[in-house]
Amino acid sequence: MATRQPTMAQTPAAPSPGGAVDATQPARPRRERGTRVRRRRVRAAWLFLTPMLIGLALVAGWPLARTFWFSVTDASLSSLEGANFIGFENYLVYDNGWYGILADPLWWQSVWNTLYFALVSVSLEAVLGVIVALVLNAHFRGRTLVRAAMLIPWAIPTVVSAKIWAWMLNDQFGIINHLLMTLGVIDAPLSWTADASLSMWAVIMVDVWKATPFVALLVLAALQMLPSDCYEAAKVDGIHPVRVFFRVTLPLITPALLVAVIFRALDALRVFDVIYVLTSNAASTMTMSIYARQQLVEFQDVGYGSAASTLLFMIIALVTVVYLYLGRRQLGGGS
Amino acid sequence: MTLRRLKSIALTTGFWMLVAVLVLYAIFPFYYAIVTSLKPSSQLFEVSYWVDSLDFSNYVTVLSQPTFLAAIRNSVVVAISVVIIALLLGLTAAWALGRVRFRGRTTVMMIVLGVSMFPQVAVLSGLFEVIRTLDLYNSPGGLILSYTIFTLPFTVWILTTFMRQLPDELEEAAIVDGASPWVTLTKVFMPLLWPAMATTGLLAFIAAWNEFLFALTFTLTDSQRTVPVAIALISGGSQYELPWGPIMAASVIVTVPLVVLVVIFQRRIVSGLTAGAVKG
Repeated sequence: MATRQPTMAQTPAAPSPGGAVDATQPARPRRERGTRVRRRRVRAAWLFLTPMLIGLALVAGWPLARTFWFSVTDASLSSLEGANFIGFENYLVYDNGWYGILADPLWWQSVWNTLYFALVSVSLEAVLGVIVALVLNAHFRGRTLVRAAMLIPWAIPTVVSAKIWAWMLNDQFGIINHLLMTLGVIDAPLSWTADASLSMWAVIMVDVWKATPFVALLVLAALQMLPSDCYEAAKVDGIHPVRVFFRVTLPLITPALLVAVIFRALDALRVFDVIYVLTSNAASTMTMSIYARQQLVEFQDVGYGSAASTLLFMIIALVTVVYLYLGRRQLGGGS
Repeated sequence: MTLRRLKSIALTTGFWMLVAVLVLYAIFPFYYAIVTSLKPSSQLFEVSYWVDSLDFSNYVTVLSQPTFLAAIRNSVVVAISVVIIALLLGLTAAWALGRVRFRGRTTVMMIVLGVSMFPQVAVLSGLFEVIRTLDLYNSPGGLILSYTIFTLPFTVWILTTFMRQLPDELEEAAIVDGASPWVTLTKVFMPLLWPAMATTGLLAFIAAWNEFLFALTFTLTDSQRTVPVAIALISGGSQYELPWGPIMAASVIVTVPLVVLVVIFQRRIVSGLTAGAVKG
């Protein structure tokens, strides 16, 4: 980009637009003609971008700005227009005791639940994903079929997978309790989704099942791009495969794994549907998205719910910025 | 020598057992949903691992409900419209972002990436207002509009990646011939981009077919629901008497098309997912 700018500066100011001029002036220097084409292309580029930018402004930019605005008003679902500015009262206010989201223990529990869910499920998905990717990277008969099988959990709608697992985890008739009791692991059936100490694990179990294929595919793509010569060298030197994995393979697939992890982490931080279907609005698994939606839709308190949404947005934006900053620094140092 | 052979046999056995466990883990839940859906309601509460009866009464129950059929129709309409819109807007944007160098390109790419990271709930109240203003509340139109927020960014992103990989000579020839950017896009690039468009279209279709939060919030009546919401809201006499047979039958009905698509197009899907993530 920087190298081309001088050519831009040399062109005479504002030549008349339109392609027809070209033909009447045949002796135009090549470079100048290139610039004219370039200008036309840049204009076309913005024209082509306009529909997408309008679309994004309509469904993302404007609604987000409105959410920020609602969060400092007393808006309710029935009277969005008549909302009054109330400052930061939705967030925190002192009125013979602290009120507002930041003083709500349930909000802090949902923040904690979200972080816990994100940390545990993404870690498990990363480890399992690498294992699955290593298996799929090996050459064996039926590899394509196995890979197709691995994609099935990813293809199943989240709501459907949550329902299927809810049935498998059913406290009275579920196959998981049946299996565990047959194997003698447990004596009495567990109520996975109702028991507050178990329900978070049930949710994590479903999420790990569903999202591991995604991580595995990204890692597999990285594995398939690895050079084979260093493996041959390691084999010739008789280095143990486990050592080769930790010393050679893992460092080389780390960038891809990190990308997969950040995508998964962003998904996990905004998780909604799997939890809503499995455990509804139970406090033990309430996440920030569930909390915000409950305030917005069920309690019809748009102001308060928007404040919760705003906080969630800020947290995710922070994570993204930190990641982009780290990623850029790493890329700058690496290549 | 024999010790070595023993070790290699043990390793091979271990590997195949690992493969078996992973495959079982991946497909068992869906398999079990099929098994359950084929049981008569009298046998529903006896755990069994195999299909021991072929009873289609659950499917009959589900498919004779007008609300479920309406949900399928709504989902198909919404998902296909979302795919068309995302591809149309995504393709033009991808040409601009992938083939033209201009000031502000990086900014636009960052905006697109930023939007793909939006938590859906963060725009819920603002989007609700937009949809109500446009009079699209409780209609497929509202969902088609709102799904743009997550389908458009990754469509643009993936198509830009593919667009960039095409050789420059193609376009130079078109420019020398005096073709306008629109002609270049539709006559030169689009024929070459069919595979990429199929991939992104498929991913957009799956995303739209599976979406739950917006569909739950922006529709009100049973006749306007999409499939995920319809399944989530199937209920029995009380919370403890869920009709598991019909729920599993409905789950199988809406999932089989996706599973078939994914198994057929697995290569394309993998290339799309990795293009969207790794190269981004």
